[in-house]
Amino acid sequence: MASMILPLSAMFSDLVHLAGGMGILSGRILRDLFRGPFYFRLLMEQIAVVGMKSLPLILITAGSIGMVMSLQFGLGLEKFGGKLYVPKLVTATVLRELGPVFTSLMVAARVGAGIASEIGSMVVTQQIDAIRALGTSPIKKIVIPRVLACLITLPLLVAVTNIVATLGGLVVGVTELRLDANFYYLKVLGTAGLPDYFSGIAKSVFFALFISIPACYYGLNVKNGTREVGLATTKAVVSASILILVGDFFLTKLLWMIEKWA
Amino acid sequence: MGMIEVVDFKKSFGAKVVHNGVTFYVKKGECLGLIGGSGAGKSVILRSLIGLEKPDEGRIIIDGENIAAMRENELVGVRKKVAYVFQGGALFDSMTVYENLAYPLREHTRMEETAIKNRILEQLAEFGLQGSESLYPGNLSGGMQKRVGLARAMMMNPEIVLYDEPTAGLDPYNTKVIQEHILNLKNRGVTSILVTHDMPTAFAVCDKLAFLLKGRIGAQGTLEELKKDPQGLITKFINGEAS
Ligand SMILES: Nc1ncnc2c1ncn2[C@@H]1O[C@H](COP(=O)(O)OP(=O)(O)OP(=O)(O)O)[C@@H](O)[C@H]1O
Ligand SMILES: [Mg+2]
Repeated sequence: MASMILPLSAMFSDLVHLAGGMGILSGRILRDLFRGPFYFRLLMEQIAVVGMKSLPLILITAGSIGMVMSLQFGLGLEKFGGKLYVPKLVTATVLRELGPVFTSLMVAARVGAGIASEIGSMVVTQQIDAIRALGTSPIKKIVIPRVLACLITLPLLVAVTNIVATLGGLVVGVTELRLDANFYYLKVLGTAGLPDYFSGIAKSVFFALFISIPACYYGLNVKNGTREVGLATTKAVVSASILILVGDFFLTKLLWMIEKWA
Repeated sequence: MGMIEVVDFKKSFGAKVVHNGVTFYVKKGECLGLIGGSGAGKSVILRSLIGLEKPDEGRIIIDGENIAAMRENELVGVRKKVAYVFQGGALFDSMTVYENLAYPLREHTRMEETAIKNRILEQLAEFGLQGSESLYPGNLSGGMQKRVGLARAMMMNPEIVLYDEPTAGLDPYNTKVIQEHILNLKNRGVTSILVTHDMPTAFAVCDKLAFLLKGRIGAQGTLEELKKDPQGLITKFINGEAS
């Protein structure tokens, strides 16, 4: 019994530590966000990095998601004569769930890992110390550009996923399920309401924070050399993925509540 | 009054007590040599003098201001006049040598790009680094990285310079270049602390030496005083009989 409680309590205190550390980092980000100097060029650079790094990956995943969903729904519903609902179903699931979640998971794996390892090696080689020693702030020069770049780019990438996945669904709908392309297209337009878009995009804003803040946190907290950089990278991706998947449930619930209200 | 005063400085990492009441001061224009065994905590003291590390207890007074109590954003002023020459250079590896040297000027001054360029070329020449401005740190030798780090620290004409083993791993010629550079700055009234294991350099440029031993200053004095005391701790340290 004790052998189970001990690791559990250690895990709990680790979690408290972690939450505290990320909370403090978030506080410092918020405070420095509105205090000059602002590094607009660094932000632009990071937006380009985030976009370039993830776009190819996202095009592939988005296309596959749309095609697979269309196929699954199509074959499943055919038995009940429900093939005509495929466009509606695919569009709704992509816009509300799969688009934001899959895109964010891909960005976590690609960009989150990159941020954690880059910052981690900057710590090990004392570059973060050098930024401070030269009278500048690593929060402003390194952390904020990366967090903002994720916040700005992820919703755009989700929009790309939505379009590509819908196209993928349409292609399979037409070729495999023998649906009329025009019918599919009109159904998509008819289904995709503003709340669907809004819900997906709103989620992705939270997911951007779930990716970038742990990545920066684990990177900055690398202590003893290069081995820890790899560890930090793994931790950043794992916690981002968990936060995205668990957070998705609560965000979905929250967003439905807001929609009912409005 | 000292330009740098460290009073009863205490610092531990976890259970490991590194400093247990270190006190020393450096007058304006003086160069203090800080010596001590590996792991004695020399780098930790230098890092604390520029606010990278917070003391657990004690005061650190730089030009009349106690920086131990300052918050990160209040330290900017101190960091503009105190330069820290990192043990390993600590260059930004995503930037060229030129951009590394331009960094402090672009952050803290409104200098024109041509003025920045002239200043950089002048600094590169001073440390024998001509022609390396478009290289990345990854493509420099260890000794060159060190000298670029030194050049970057000098960009803002600091009043105080903290050197962390600036000559370790350098060839005799470049060691001499750095010795001359430190002496030059001293003649211009720059205050400095030199952490080193390189005793010839310490004797060449320092006015006094302090020996860090077991978390305190075990012995200190001017070079003359130390020479007169052949049984002293510092002499023993230099001869490899104490650490
Ligand atoms: N961030 C830290 N966390 C834990 N321990 C630390 C940290 N920084 C320094 N130490 C410990 O403090 C002690 C002094 O370190 P420091 O780097 O100041 O030594 P040093 O005198 O500069 O040695 P060297 O001559 O080898 O450079 C070492 O035992 C080191 O392990
Ligand atoms: Mg050291």
